[in-house]
Amino acid sequence: MQWNWNYTWDILPDLLDGLRTTVVATLLGYVIALLLGMVWTLLRRSPSRVFNGVVRWVTEFVRSTPLIPQLFFVYYVLPSWGLTIGPLTAGVITLGIHYSTYTAEVYRAGISDIPRGQWEACTALNLPRSRVWLDVVLPQAIRRVIPTLGNYLIAMFKDSPQLLVIQVTEMLLAAYKAGTESYRMLEPITLVGVLFIVVSVISSILVRRLERRYATN
Amino acid sequence: MSVVFDSREQWLHGAWLTVQLTLYGCALALVLALVFGLVGTSRHMWLRALNRVYVEFFRGTATLVLLYWFFYALPLVGVQINSKLVCAVLALGLNVGAYGAEVVRGSVNSLPKAQVEAVIALNFTPYQRMRRVLLPQAFALMLPPFGNLVIELMKGSAIVYTIGLVDLTKVSKNVQGFSGETVAPFLAVLVFYFVIAQILQLLVRYAERRVDRMLGRRPSREPSLSAVAAGAPGVKAAS
Repeated sequence: MQWNWNYTWDILPDLLDGLRTTVVATLLGYVIALLLGMVWTLLRRSPSRVFNGVVRWVTEFVRSTPLIPQLFFVYYVLPSWGLTIGPLTAGVITLGIHYSTYTAEVYRAGISDIPRGQWEACTALNLPRSRVWLDVVLPQAIRRVIPTLGNYLIAMFKDSPQLLVIQVTEMLLAAYKAGTESYRMLEPITLVGVLFIVVSVISSILVRRLERRYATN
Repeated sequence: MSVVFDSREQWLHGAWLTVQLTLYGCALALVLALVFGLVGTSRHMWLRALNRVYVEFFRGTATLVLLYWFFYALPLVGVQINSKLVCAVLALGLNVGAYGAEVVRGSVNSLPKAQVEAVIALNFTPYQRMRRVLLPQAFALMLPPFGNLVIELMKGSAIVYTIGLVDLTKVSKNVQGFSGETVAPFLAVLVFYFVIAQILQLLVRYAERRVDRMLGRRPSREPSLSAVAAGAPGVKAAS
């Protein structure tokens, strides 16, 4: 089969439409992941052992199961509990929750990298807990984890095609639809692959820049 | 829950396919990771460029897109892969192999330079240098991130559902289809995956302990940022 440029130009608008959905889903999911991840991390520091253990196993469960069955769960099970949501919403929520368990681990590592002496200094200065967290620990921890968090944004972008299992028309499904209509699969899918590589390579260059900028020691 | 129990044979078949995909995918990924990772530590610019091209290309594409490409587009340019299983293993192995190559490269490069100089001074051949000095130490560094990658690959294998292979995910969808129930099959499939992941994790921990003992090291308990970063998907290992 020969590559057909006319056809390639014809389907490009459809694919860019799909790309927009992909980007929207990724970014909204990322916001959920960043916030919810912090919630998990803080919950795990609670004094209750039982509660800690529960949070640990819940996040472990979500992290070690694949995204696609999780998408099924959110999309098909919630309606039977009286909560009907559209495919895109379900996709965003699932992507966000899934990756929040990763960002939680990143925050945790960032916090545990803070030298013990600083905690002791805070205690010695009798700083209130809110100030210890907001003024001492979190500003340093978050700064250190920014590049790693950036990498998770790229990872989420590359996982977002999986939303097609619940009929979210992101880039890959848009390409697949265009391909089945015209019985030509070569151009659309290759084009999606190229777009993915372009976006990922550019964003990993940006992340490397962040790494240099926020490099400690 | 009785729908799940009644279809137990399907579940077991699905689980077996998921395990198979994980094993074959890991085998391919390990070979690719070692080959392209070690190529990345070479002195020759062209070999290092080969490593960059492989890593950037296969880390940059989404696995699902790669799978679709192998399955739908590749036959059109004349390369017919007859088995869906081979398509899936290729997509998973090539993708995870790229992350693995970064782990291998990062671990070997992170060893102290003085060691390389010392072995050169002792007139070791490049092969001996790798085999006797660098790899055994680098291997201990590689294991924890490799463990994460194995679990990522197992999770990634769920994408084969989209090309019609009957893995755990597909079984859950089938059971939902004929029973009309949603909670039981979709909860059961998550539990299945979780159990497989836990077993894999135990195996990795065991391997880590063995290697640490071999090298006379003690494993550290606290997670460090570098360890989390090294095993993360899309993350460049410290180099």
